[in-house]
Amino acid sequence: MSSAETASQAGTASKSAAAIDRARSQGRSALVGYLPAGYPSVEDTIAAGIALAENGADLIEIGIPYSDPVMDGQVIQAATTEALAKGFHVSQVFDVVTGITSKTDAAVLVMTYWNPVVRMGVDEFSRRLAEAGGAGLITPDLIPDEAAEWMEASDKYGLDRVFLVAPSSTPERMQRTVDASRGFVYAVSIMGVTGARTSVSTAAKDVVAAAHGAGAERVCVGLGVSTADQVQEIAAYAEGVIVGTALVAALRDGGVDAVAALTKDLSTGLTREPGLTQETEA
Amino acid sequence: MADAPSGNADNNTAEAFLQGGSLRHAPGPYFGNYGGRWMPESLIAALDELEETFNKAKDDPEFRGQIADLNKNYSGRPSLLTEAKRFSQHAGGVRIFLKREDLNHTGSHKINNVLGQALLAKRMGKTRIIAETGAGQHGVASATAAALMGLECVVYMGAEDCRRQALNVARMELLGAKVIPVTSGSQTLKDAINDALRDWVANVANTHYLLGTAAGAHPFPAMVRYFHEVIGEEARAQILEQEGRLPDAVCACIGGGSNAIGIFHGFLDDPSVKIYGFEAGGEGVQTGRHAATITLGKPGVLHGARSYLMQDDDGQTIESHSISAGLDYPGVGPEHSYLADIGRVSYEPITDGEAMDAFRLLCRTEGIIPAIESSHALAGAIKVGQRLAAEDPASATEKIVIVNLSGRGDKDVATAAEWFDLLDKNSAESEIGKEGEQL
Repeated sequence: MSSAETASQAGTASKSAAAIDRARSQGRSALVGYLPAGYPSVEDTIAAGIALAENGADLIEIGIPYSDPVMDGQVIQAATTEALAKGFHVSQVFDVVTGITSKTDAAVLVMTYWNPVVRMGVDEFSRRLAEAGGAGLITPDLIPDEAAEWMEASDKYGLDRVFLVAPSSTPERMQRTVDASRGFVYAVSIMGVTGARTSVSTAAKDVVAAAHGAGAERVCVGLGVSTADQVQEIAAYAEGVIVGTALVAALRDGGVDAVAALTKDLSTGLTREPGLTQETEA
Repeated sequence: MADAPSGNADNNTAEAFLQGGSLRHAPGPYFGNYGGRWMPESLIAALDELEETFNKAKDDPEFRGQIADLNKNYSGRPSLLTEAKRFSQHAGGVRIFLKREDLNHTGSHKINNVLGQALLAKRMGKTRIIAETGAGQHGVASATAAALMGLECVVYMGAEDCRRQALNVARMELLGAKVIPVTSGSQTLKDAINDALRDWVANVANTHYLLGTAAGAHPFPAMVRYFHEVIGEEARAQILEQEGRLPDAVCACIGGGSNAIGIFHGFLDDPSVKIYGFEAGGEGVQTGRHAATITLGKPGVLHGARSYLMQDDDGQTIESHSISAGLDYPGVGPEHSYLADIGRVSYEPITDGEAMDAFRLLCRTEGIIPAIESSHALAGAIKVGQRLAAEDPASATEKIVIVNLSGRGDKDVATAAEWFDLLDKNSAESEIGKEGEQL
């Protein structure tokens, strides 16, 4: 199957693609906000998710707290460790997804390391996510090479499968990953883990260009994005901008109100300046 | 424990498999349903580079020559195969032979793997190696290889382990390594691996992750096994030379499983040889405080491989427990999971108490202080010997059991002294021992 075919099929079925396209029709990139489920409580995650959607986030990424989060930096690790210590259970992520999708139009994806999905059963997990109104999964430690079961289940339940591409991805792997993805492709901006950084790596733009070159219609950039200026910089060349750590820190320090305020501020960076193409934008 | 026992299919499966082909030199990435590369995309290019470098190197006479030279002239290989005559009297009277990995430089089998991987790091042009360590054995071995080959070395070690193993931290620093205490998660070996992976993602351009066991993402399980295959090859040749026949059984301890897969490999295709892996039963598998991954775990993915895993109903990793830091890991190498499922290897738990009894027995009957890890294999060998003797008492003294004595116990003297209550209550050592310090 060519990537173009995959993308066009996704265009009709994918909730994530629809959310990104809605933003695009408004002349801007999409804002994707991350929150860990159960931090500081399931109710707070739902409230913060609704605040995200009401203040400018088009897609929401709900992370499942996991004992061994190798792609996460200290802020998110601390939050998910606390959620687990308070007794968070994986099945509660569906309550969070339902709680947000029942109140907002945002596309809600679940970001999860793979073992909790394996343990529940890939089909069972997918069925429950679809029932909760979820858009799909972002899988930081699952590559398409190992994803046969997930490819089948995501087709069966109409879920988006968001794989990651990185500055280190070879052209062959970029093509394979773009072909396997549905909804959007998650471009890792930097060789590293999650966490706010003072500047966005120049590698991000190259990764997005490579993903576009491989046929991806929607590419969102994550890792290290925390300010409206960074959002603006990335929005110039990517269809979506993902913010995680900064939102988690806001929730930690100022609760749901702080999440709402930060989201509103971040969303000011989304509008592309008119008249500049993706190729010439700095 | 919510998980039911699993694995250990009957031996007919293995015999059927053996009729169809060899179990040796399994190349990965998959061992049956296990193995693979459950890893972030950011690291896949590095895994590809490592696999390609390793595949070229193992077919390169120059590389093989370098390994052979280091094994002989640096590590002190071949390690001896010593008959333990007085110890054997406690194992049903069968003849027990010890494969003396404890005599290697740095005191355990670990040196085999670190030398091989450090050479590969140099071939890839990497100038920095990182490693995880529990009690410090793999960290010390990695620091040793780095010093020998002029590489920068950073070792991740749980903060609590750093405190308990202050002298091993000092050893690594003497060898020029930097030790970073890990304060994330449960602050244990698995979290040290997590932090090493985070470092690797950020520094992969100049850094090789020198993983210490035959687990993790492909090519690590097959590659680490390759560097330890020398144990089984030597043991097989030595027993044939010394006794003119193969052993009846081979025993090893299993944490991640690198020493075990190394010695097992020599005998996998010998159907007459029964093979046993002994996991850490901790305070008893019924207590939940153990590291008996294959005995009680369920298949899952952790640190890059699909394998048996100690996990709860949500797929969260469960903390393991063992008196032996080297076996205190909630995962296991994927090739072991496969060998368990097809029944070629039997995996059984040994409790802390059984291991410590075997530890003391070897000290007093053979004048050899074993690592507590290896003591699990010794305790298992006693059981295997008694079973062999019970099956056929008349021929017990003709039975041969080889035990991989994977390391020496100098590092464990404080733990043992505490366990056997050998310390004067007023001694400084006793005070330190109360805090769990290793001397």
